[in-house]
Amino acid sequence: MSRKIGDVILDLQNISLRFGGVKALTDISFNIREHEVRAIIGPNGAGKSSMLNVINGVYHPQDGKIFYRGVERKKMEPHMAASTGIARTFQNIALFKGMSVLDNIMTGRTLKMKSNMLLQALWLGPAQKEEIAHRRKVEEIIDFLEIQHIRKTPVGRLPYGLQKRVDLGRALAMEPQILLLDEPMAGMNVEEKQDMCRFILDVNDQFGTTIVLIEHDMGVVMDISDRVVVLDYGKKIGDGLPDEVRSSPEVIKAYLGAGH
Amino acid sequence: MLYRENGQFKTTYAADQQIFTIAQDKWFVLGVVAFAFLAVPMLADEYMFRAILIPFLILSLAALGVNLLVGYCGQITLGAGAFMAVGAYAAYNFLIRIDGMPLIGALLLGGLTSAGLGILFGIPSLRVRGLYLAVATLAAQFFCDWAFLRIKWFTNDSSSGSVSVSDLSVLGWVVDTPAEKYLFCLGFIVVFAMIAKNLTRATIGRQWMAIRDMDVAAEVIGIRPMYAKLSAFAVSSFFVGVAGALWGFVHLGSWEPAAFSVDRSFQLLFMVIIGGLGSILGSFVGAAFIVILPIFLNQFLPALGGLLGLHISTAAVSHAELIIFGSLIVFFLIVEPHGLARLWAIAKEKLRLWPFPH
Repeated sequence: MSRKIGDVILDLQNISLRFGGVKALTDISFNIREHEVRAIIGPNGAGKSSMLNVINGVYHPQDGKIFYRGVERKKMEPHMAASTGIARTFQNIALFKGMSVLDNIMTGRTLKMKSNMLLQALWLGPAQKEEIAHRRKVEEIIDFLEIQHIRKTPVGRLPYGLQKRVDLGRALAMEPQILLLDEPMAGMNVEEKQDMCRFILDVNDQFGTTIVLIEHDMGVVMDISDRVVVLDYGKKIGDGLPDEVRSSPEVIKAYLGAGH
Repeated sequence: MLYRENGQFKTTYAADQQIFTIAQDKWFVLGVVAFAFLAVPMLADEYMFRAILIPFLILSLAALGVNLLVGYCGQITLGAGAFMAVGAYAAYNFLIRIDGMPLIGALLLGGLTSAGLGILFGIPSLRVRGLYLAVATLAAQFFCDWAFLRIKWFTNDSSSGSVSVSDLSVLGWVVDTPAEKYLFCLGFIVVFAMIAKNLTRATIGRQWMAIRDMDVAAEVIGIRPMYAKLSAFAVSSFFVGVAGALWGFVHLGSWEPAAFSVDRSFQLLFMVIIGGLGSILGSFVGAAFIVILPIFLNQFLPALGGLLGLHISTAAVSHAELIIFGSLIVFFLIVEPHGLARLWAIAKEKLRLWPFPH
């Protein structure tokens, strides 16, 4: 592979997140390097999705610091995280059901569209030019994900596997620095998983996008990720190369139980 | 057979982003607009203009505004009547208090005032949604009812509480006869429908729909909920405000606050639900349904009774009108919960393949 893993792009230090009395995350630290594929694994309820929500500003941790490209990040709303280049897909597909595939992916370009509302209302030169320029970019993504034939279909009518692909497309339309993928392969058959892996690796390779991935399929995780962090009950119990993590006694205990 | 897109290839994105991507649609709509501008003024009589066409056009405009907010942005509102009132009274005050204020300027300023108030009453939408938001917007309704009844300044201290506007003229064109009033409203409708269509196919429209369909995901991809929701309230209130000003100036001529009561708000909401949420066409169909059907029933029922040799009293007619009207609404909502516009869309989809559906 041509890509080179760079410096630390996102550094999470001592993150703790509580909902009332429930501790979702306790004192978790790990970092993400530029251009790498970083997997977060752990049993159900371990706090993986909460971790992603902390990273893109949906949840605000009570304790801990987050450094993005070396600068400490203050309290942050999701749309601000988006404007700094953090995109994500969702575990339970969160597409805009009433809109076509094309429009869904076009919404991913929102932050890059600058023309004002009056120009849009009259569909005047700059607004129209902008619309066409972004359409061109979106068509590139559509080609990349091989979904040309469904571009005008409302997403509500698509099968699950394709919806997952559109979800990825919408995130890619933001041209993110960091792409957070929340179980991109859940509920897919082997073939669909292979396709999705190929897309993820291509994104990483061609665009140099840093990828943070939550996934339950261990085969996939061990194959495609550069480093893995393991959570259990909101605590970090492992962090390292896939092989190291796989042979760590604590991780085996969390997954298989103490008796094994 | 006639309605299909074979051979209509798009070679540029601009061509693919047109309002009507199928040529037949474009010609059909252009034909309807041409008919409305050229043929209708010659064919319709005064009753048609006053009782049907002008109210239909103005309420379509208001329904269009409500649809932008409820259908496209998913924010339910019960305050549309209030924003019509604000548009009407603001336009009235701009017209009488500023010397040489042109008519169209007053109407648009009325709309802008309404947009400002829409933003103010839209603020609760940032925290509450659904039924709770509906109740919050109802506050706008009661507040405006009260303000225009009690604060004499708004009505220019008129003793009866009603205000009136006369001598409508635009650049020397005196809008006087029913046909002229009709054309004046039609002009507004065509322009505003274009604007609505443009907004909904541009990035702002996609932001509204994203907020409607999945607000968390919308925020995560960089849509600011505050901007999206408040802009929807502003644009919607602008449309509704202009419609209110037209309703006062052109349709009623003189009016009092009761013209914009909570009944009007409900009526507009029903129009968009029956016509089709999230559809420009639906606003027109819904307005037509609610404006024209009661009048039709009113005329049709006695005629039907006469045919059967029965005499139906006026009271019975008005009761039957309500019953039939209500049951038709229920019927259409069961048959097609997405509104009449969806029925039309399904028909078109079938037609594209007809007569060889396989």
